[in-house]
Amino acid sequence: MTTLLALPYWQETGIKLGLALAIIPTTSLILVYLFLFKMMAFMQSRLGPNDTGPYGTLQLIAEAIKFLQKEDIHPAQADRRVFRMAPVVVLGSTFLLYVILPAGPDAVVENLDTGIFYAMAVSSLSVLGILMAGWSSANKYALLGGLRAAGQLIAYELPLILAVMGVVIQAETLNLQEIVVAQATGEIFGFGGIGNPFIFTQFLAFLIFMIAAQAELTQTPFDMPVAETELVGGFHIEYTGFRFLLFFMAEFGTAFAFAALASVMFLGGWWIPGFDVDDNILNVLGPGVMLGKILLISFFIFWVRFTYPRLREDQLQKFAWKVLIPLSLANIVLTGIFKVVF
Amino acid sequence: MTATSDREQMAYISSQAADARVNVELDTGDMTLNIGPQHPATHGTLRIACQLDGEQVIRAEPMMGYMHRGYEKLCEVRTYPQCTTLINRIDWLGSFANEVPFILAAERLMEVEAPPRAQWIRTILFELSRVANLALFLGDMGVQIGALTPVFFAFRDRERVLNQIEEVTGGRFHPNFDRIGGLKDDIPKGWIEETRSVMVKMRTFCDEMEDLLVGNEIFQARCRGVGVIPPEVALGYGLSGANLRASGVDWDLRRDANPGLAWDQIEWRVWTHPDGDSFARYWVRLQETREATHMVDQLLDGLPSGPIMAKVPRIIKVPAGEAYVSTENPLGEMGYYVVSKGDLGPFRVKIRTPSFNNISIVPWVMKGVYVPDVITILGSLYFILGDIDR
Repeated sequence: MTTLLALPYWQETGIKLGLALAIIPTTSLILVYLFLFKMMAFMQSRLGPNDTGPYGTLQLIAEAIKFLQKEDIHPAQADRRVFRMAPVVVLGSTFLLYVILPAGPDAVVENLDTGIFYAMAVSSLSVLGILMAGWSSANKYALLGGLRAAGQLIAYELPLILAVMGVVIQAETLNLQEIVVAQATGEIFGFGGIGNPFIFTQFLAFLIFMIAAQAELTQTPFDMPVAETELVGGFHIEYTGFRFLLFFMAEFGTAFAFAALASVMFLGGWWIPGFDVDDNILNVLGPGVMLGKILLISFFIFWVRFTYPRLREDQLQKFAWKVLIPLSLANIVLTGIFKVVF
Repeated sequence: MTATSDREQMAYISSQAADARVNVELDTGDMTLNIGPQHPATHGTLRIACQLDGEQVIRAEPMMGYMHRGYEKLCEVRTYPQCTTLINRIDWLGSFANEVPFILAAERLMEVEAPPRAQWIRTILFELSRVANLALFLGDMGVQIGALTPVFFAFRDRERVLNQIEEVTGGRFHPNFDRIGGLKDDIPKGWIEETRSVMVKMRTFCDEMEDLLVGNEIFQARCRGVGVIPPEVALGYGLSGANLRASGVDWDLRRDANPGLAWDQIEWRVWTHPDGDSFARYWVRLQETREATHMVDQLLDGLPSGPIMAKVPRIIKVPAGEAYVSTENPLGEMGYYVVSKGDLGPFRVKIRTPSFNNISIVPWVMKGVYVPDVITILGSLYFILGDIDR
């Protein structure tokens, strides 16, 4: 693959990293405005924000400014250093995810050969931050929330990875770009017009991935760690101001990243039917296509979030270990058999 | 001994002590978690002191009194008509229903009876406040277990009922409309038709709740078999209202001890559920809300004409005596024990509120449940803080 500009490696990476850093707040803004503010309001027969800017689009800017003005409070008993580090660790895990998300043949910060493996690894880093937050807050609700989060995220990490395995077996690669290419060059019963998005062959894996991602994002029905009506916010109960903002951004940034991973692995990523996979125009059109697919998937994530009640902790664990993991193992076996037979 | 060896000896002793501390088994004692007084699930200021082993509750103790406003005492320094202003605020979600038993007790002491039309309108407003009250419960239960949307539907549709109450009484929450011997006013023109259409909408709301929550697998998984109260325990703790009927006890004061309102002149049934769990309590309240809308329809059909006020003196003096009247309020049995010495105001008022008894079962029912279930059980027991502390 060719680069657009012939820059030294470190300059190019620097520019791309800067872009990725700028993209995280933007994507969180898009998701929060579109889904948390507007879609949720319309589902609940409310209007949502409509005063700040056209259709309330500037509401989020106002909220961010509000958070920045707030006093930064540390609880007296808190382990101050860990308390301060926790939101950075959580947001850092989100940021590391963005590094490998491809938006075009060349529009990616770092095209890792172990891309999907890396994504799974860094996304589980956020557990560490959440545990740190829960422990260092010196608050019983936060502690309960942190422990619940740890139990839940570890339990759902497994079906997430196992679901991804099906895709990896079918695409014969861990590289996200090559997964996109494998889908673009695939055929459905000899018809290659739209490639072969893995959602058709890996539908079970797609469902398991989405459910496990919902749990990873601690969204309803798996929002036990933050359960407002019982734990009053769980691990981030003691955070104020910009530290809370970091948690908030990480939550929606990760939602965006997981939606992006799902659209890369199951919906064909940035490829547009009718174009060559290394056509340069895809570097321009690809991000738009990706954004559309990501918004579609996040729509489902948030739709479920606003509709369902939450499960209890033991039911949640039972669901992961007794249903999702056996199903995803079966999916791997099936995929393997089909791979050998065809 | 030199000073150096002294220091060495001290260092040795302290290092031994530190080792000993490490070797002591880590203490895994129970954790005491105070749910409340400020907590979203208590919708008010109730404090529940839970002793936790991990997430399991070993002991839960409700502590009330954070909102005590001394209404029983305040009633003693007010005249009878002034008292209704206070007792409106006991169960603030269904406040018209609070006034009725007090007024009925005063009427019983004075030996006056309101004319039939007044009794019928009282019954209509009573049932409307029941619909308004329970509608909020139906949505709020969703929030307690994490579904955000139902409560907004509940607020939207409850507003219609409150509008109807406001149109008659002039107050959304605190009507203060019931008078000794009848009512303050008649219903306005066109109100009957409007109320009918509102009742249709409330039935749609009940169907929506049935779709959103009752039929939802997660809701059922969270509520079925959680917080089971057997009938004899429920009776032993003095539960009343839907909490008792959800345990399978067929007991409704509207049917069993009607103090003269129009309930015995219409067709309706008492809903019970044999299970006694959180789901049963939700289900019974859902059916009751729907039943109440049908009752309002029938009451509107059969509304008699005539005066709305009996002949009572301008300055009300209640003859000496004692009376206890209780009615089936949205939350359960609400009763007023009024003692009069023949003055302008009562000598003593004892208020029996349903939530106080309903919440007293918390230590029994919460033994051994998990923290998330504490919230579902609290939500399904359905208490109003003003009703506990009054």
